[in-house]
Amino acid sequence: MLTLSLILIPAIASLLLPFIKGEITKTIAFVVALAELAVALFAISQFSPDIVTPQFAYDYPWIASMGVHFSGGMDGISMLLVLLTTILTPLIVLSTFGYSYNHSSAFYALILLMEAALIGVFTSQDAFVFYLFWEAALIPVYFLAAIWGGEKRIAITFKFFIYTIFGSLFMLVALVYLYMQTPGSHSSAIADIYKVALDSHTQSWVFWALFIAFAIKMPIFPFHTWQPDTYTESPTPATMLLSGIMLKMGIYGVIRWLLPIVPAGVAQWSTTVIILSIIGIIYGSIIAIQQKDLKKLLAYSSFAHVGLMAAGVFSLTLKGMQGAVIQMLAHGINVVGLFFVAEIIQRRLRTRDIDRMGGITQNTPVLTVFFMILMLGSVALPLTNGFVGEFLLLSGVYEFNHWYGAIAGLTIIFGAVYMLKMFQGVMFGEQNHWTEKVTDITLTESAVLLPLVVLVFWMGVAPGSFLKLTEPAVIQILQLATGK
Amino acid sequence: MNISTSVLLIPLLPLLGFIINGLGFRKISKGLASIVGTATVLGSFLLSIYTFNYFLSNNSQPITVTAFNWLAVGDFHISFSFLIDQLSLLMLLVVTGVGTLIHLYSSGYMHHDEGFGKFFAFLNLFIFSMLLLVMGSNYVIMFFGWEGVGLCSYLLIGFWNKNKSYGNAARKAFVMNRIGDLGFLLGIFLIIAHFGSVEYSEIFGRAASVDTATLTMITAFLFVGAMGKSAQIPLYTWLPDAMAGPTPVSALIHAATMVTAGIYMVIRSNVLYTLAPATLEWVGIIGLATALLAASIGIFQNDIKKVLAYSTVSQLGYMFMGLGVMAYSASMFHVITHAFFKALLFLGAGSVIHAMSDEQDIRHMGGLSKSLRITWITFLLGTIAITAVLPLSGFFSKDEILMNVYMHSPLMWGLGVLGAAMTSFYMFRMFFLTFHGTFRGTDYQREHLHESPISMTLPLMILAVLSVIGGFINFPEIFGGQAWLANFMEPLFANAKQASPEAFHHAHLSHSEEFMLMGVSVGVAILSLIIAYVMYVSRNTVPAEEGTPIPAVQKVVYNKYYVDEIYDMLFIKPISALSYFFYQVFEFFVIDLLVNGIGKLVKQLSNLTRRFQTGTTGFYVFAMVIGIVVILLVNFWGFLFR
Amino acid sequence: MEVPDVIKTIPLNWYIFFATFLFCIGVVGVLIRRNALIVLMCVELMLNAVNLLFTSFSAYRSDPQGQIFVFFIMVVAAAEVSVGLAIIVMLYRNLKSVDVGILNKLKW
Repeated sequence: MLTLSLILIPAIASLLLPFIKGEITKTIAFVVALAELAVALFAISQFSPDIVTPQFAYDYPWIASMGVHFSGGMDGISMLLVLLTTILTPLIVLSTFGYSYNHSSAFYALILLMEAALIGVFTSQDAFVFYLFWEAALIPVYFLAAIWGGEKRIAITFKFFIYTIFGSLFMLVALVYLYMQTPGSHSSAIADIYKVALDSHTQSWVFWALFIAFAIKMPIFPFHTWQPDTYTESPTPATMLLSGIMLKMGIYGVIRWLLPIVPAGVAQWSTTVIILSIIGIIYGSIIAIQQKDLKKLLAYSSFAHVGLMAAGVFSLTLKGMQGAVIQMLAHGINVVGLFFVAEIIQRRLRTRDIDRMGGITQNTPVLTVFFMILMLGSVALPLTNGFVGEFLLLSGVYEFNHWYGAIAGLTIIFGAVYMLKMFQGVMFGEQNHWTEKVTDITLTESAVLLPLVVLVFWMGVAPGSFLKLTEPAVIQILQLATGK
Repeated sequence: MNISTSVLLIPLLPLLGFIINGLGFRKISKGLASIVGTATVLGSFLLSIYTFNYFLSNNSQPITVTAFNWLAVGDFHISFSFLIDQLSLLMLLVVTGVGTLIHLYSSGYMHHDEGFGKFFAFLNLFIFSMLLLVMGSNYVIMFFGWEGVGLCSYLLIGFWNKNKSYGNAARKAFVMNRIGDLGFLLGIFLIIAHFGSVEYSEIFGRAASVDTATLTMITAFLFVGAMGKSAQIPLYTWLPDAMAGPTPVSALIHAATMVTAGIYMVIRSNVLYTLAPATLEWVGIIGLATALLAASIGIFQNDIKKVLAYSTVSQLGYMFMGLGVMAYSASMFHVITHAFFKALLFLGAGSVIHAMSDEQDIRHMGGLSKSLRITWITFLLGTIAITAVLPLSGFFSKDEILMNVYMHSPLMWGLGVLGAAMTSFYMFRMFFLTFHGTFRGTDYQREHLHESPISMTLPLMILAVLSVIGGFINFPEIFGGQAWLANFMEPLFANAKQASPEAFHHAHLSHSEEFMLMGVSVGVAILSLIIAYVMYVSRNTVPAEEGTPIPAVQKVVYNKYYVDEIYDMLFIKPISALSYFFYQVFEFFVIDLLVNGIGKLVKQLSNLTRRFQTGTTGFYVFAMVIGIVVILLVNFWGFLFR
Repeated sequence: MEVPDVIKTIPLNWYIFFATFLFCIGVVGVLIRRNALIVLMCVELMLNAVNLLFTSFSAYRSDPQGQIFVFFIMVVAAAEVSVGLAIIVMLYRNLKSVDVGILNKLKW
């Protein structure tokens, strides 16, 4: 029941919001998002990680005669991602305070709709419900980008839309096929789909049909070209939603809807996927080094990071999987913070070109501290959240294959190169006539960054509680995926 | 006081100082900031002494204090815990002791800087990280500190962040360290793979059960980390550039403490290294090569801090050479004495720079001995200590390393002595050019010449005393000493001795041989001293200004063998080019072409088929009828034409 | 159930042939005539051909379902005619013509 209310609160609010006009919509959206966070925190307080079956489950017949149920529930992995979504959404809403968008009621309605859909994706226990929410999550972000985006928004969002729909259709085919394989009068419940045993040849194509959908969403090399442009052209709140949360849908999909369903397919293709991921890590990092556009640089860095997460998941080791799960949370926090910093700078300078920045730190000591901490989290410095994830991920990949681990490890060097280069280019050096009038961040802006920074350290110093939340669920998935 | 509380407080105090100064650096006054900064480190120093006494009075039993369980995945645990034993205690005392003095010095040196509070915050953060590094009871906590000191080094080198080249130097340092860190990390992964734990106590006890090839891999990976942190070939070029930071930083981080982390790590892992002689051989060779290369570059440098930087690289090379021949305690001895005299030299250089209104070029100094009496005397003592012309601290430690090297290979010893000769030459060259001869600076600088305030000279004097008497902690038996340090550190090598007793068996030199070796090394050092004296005092030569033609060989050395340029050509340029290629070419012409190609294909097909949309209703109806007829025919084909 | 003899006086095939004939007239009319009114009438002709078929089958099988369908079709056809005529009236008002040949705005 708690799960359903988590979906319904933002969904209903987003339906009502368009009827309200004026600045108040902002506040309402923020309050709703906070209420949602409160419900999620309450759920965590009631949650027992050791039970691997879905908790707070709901189950209503949808197309009962076909065995399709509107059902959902949370295990540890879902819980963590719901936590990520509910923490980030209020902050994303808050980040727009002090800045007004046209048709603001629609803007905030779409953000809340997105939240509902994302939580639906992370909690659904039925293949068709999953597909419904998966597609539903695409629509708000498409409109956010297409209406409030930059100059080239139409062409770029169109590309993004076609790309993801293309992948999703493969997934639909695979899901329908799996549904047809369930015994008796068929059922699309995840538990029944897990029981479907396919021969290895079939698993191989089902693997690719599902994987392409997830790979495009993540994105994994070479399915990534929609990503940098979309991140750059979207309005920053949409970019935050995309990079902070939506990107995790791909990884989550792999963990929940790929590994346990087609273990033989995974065993057959995991090396290929890891190699693609590692190519993505290196490729994305190297491109990021030369980027001049702040948001584009962050987009490529995000692409590189997600490659490591994918490699960790496909290493099929406990360390790699746990690392990927914790890194999903950590990366969400860092990347949202960094995109917001980019937005703060863009609001003041009206540009994202690093060449036109420099010396900003002299006017903005507070921003410098926040920016630095988020950047250090992103380059995986120990005692920040990024280190926990990357340490576990790399050791997982290393366990899978020493060479892959060593090559993937280059990310910590390249990450330092491009992040420090960006930081130095933006903050250090002499001021120019654009940057000398920059003002330090406002109170609301600090209110967005402060919780993020606290989380950066919290997760870095005491990752135990987060890992404990997901471990039983991850172990169960691993058992299904490896048969051990 | 409870011993575990005091152990926990040792790193926590500087962290507290960092938090106070870091959060309030705009509001706290300079006086308060320096008091908070210095007092917290002093507190750690006092607690370290207390812990040291407790340790001695408790039969030298190692103490492990666990703060909390940091991470657990499956049955793999990493605990946030500290280990207090002989090695960490020595490092603790050096770090907090020298650290306190340098904090004190900084309160004078940085007094006019607007980022005063920030500076102390970073220094405290550095001490905290360094303490994590030396106190951690497992490799991951060591890695925390390892990366943490790298970060602080980055922050402090680029402290004057308006200057772009300082920022570049800082970034270079961080990235080079990161290259090493990747090696370290891979070493940790390999350890996890083979031992299933990262705790020292578990690994060292079971080291002998792992095959040599694996251990060689592990130690080699870890040594890559040490190359980065301790500036060994090929990752040494960041250290001279790191002199962009304020001078106390160079003294604390880039001379006395952080750069010796690599040596600490090797001594800590002595069991693994002892069981992997192939790695040790490489450690020794790389150490020797670094010592010689850096010393030769030092001969032609004209920046007072750069000379000291190359000297540091060179001395670190000696320490690794010592480690390579398994003279672990001798290397540790040199770490300690080096911390004293190199900190002294850097702080003295800082005092000179301070007096010369931020001039660093020794060609524009000269004759400073008259106006800077205290700096002059202390600097002289430091120079004597490092060059080992008289039996001050550096004499004993360097000699012990060279002696051990001689037993391993006389050739290495010979090259080591050559390095010592170069050291003596460039140190005295710098000393004479700075303090003797005629003043070559501007009139403005002459008028403003002044001895530094007491907060700066007091640390100089204390360090000078330590540089003089520091050798006595390991006074060799040959002079009737007890070799206290070597005995104190003996338990650290128990595991290694148990695992590989034969490695520790080597012949002892007779006293006459020892005296002969000492004589040779002192002789060449004095010879170099005389050459330097003749060149720069008697003949009063001054190195040529920039732009004047110099012999080709000298030019190559003066330009540091063009190593930076070679790296630029080998790594930085290709990666930039690759980045450009990927972004501008590959991304658009290969991947996007594929994606857009699919889009174009669909468009072409639709172009073909849209011709059917004639717009005439009749055509549509006709098509419909034809369609229906076809469907009917197909359905009833069998029925009609059977 | 027994079919009344009155109905049997005309064999079922005749109905089928007749309905097919009507339907074909409708189709040909739609295809070759350009006057929108006549096209509409031809469509009606096709519908009624189907209606005839439905009724005859219904009678021969003594099953009322077919006739129920006819009622539905008649209702729909009435609605369709009203909409269709309205469209034709609008066409005439705007174009002063009821020729379907000139309605080719949907061309590619």
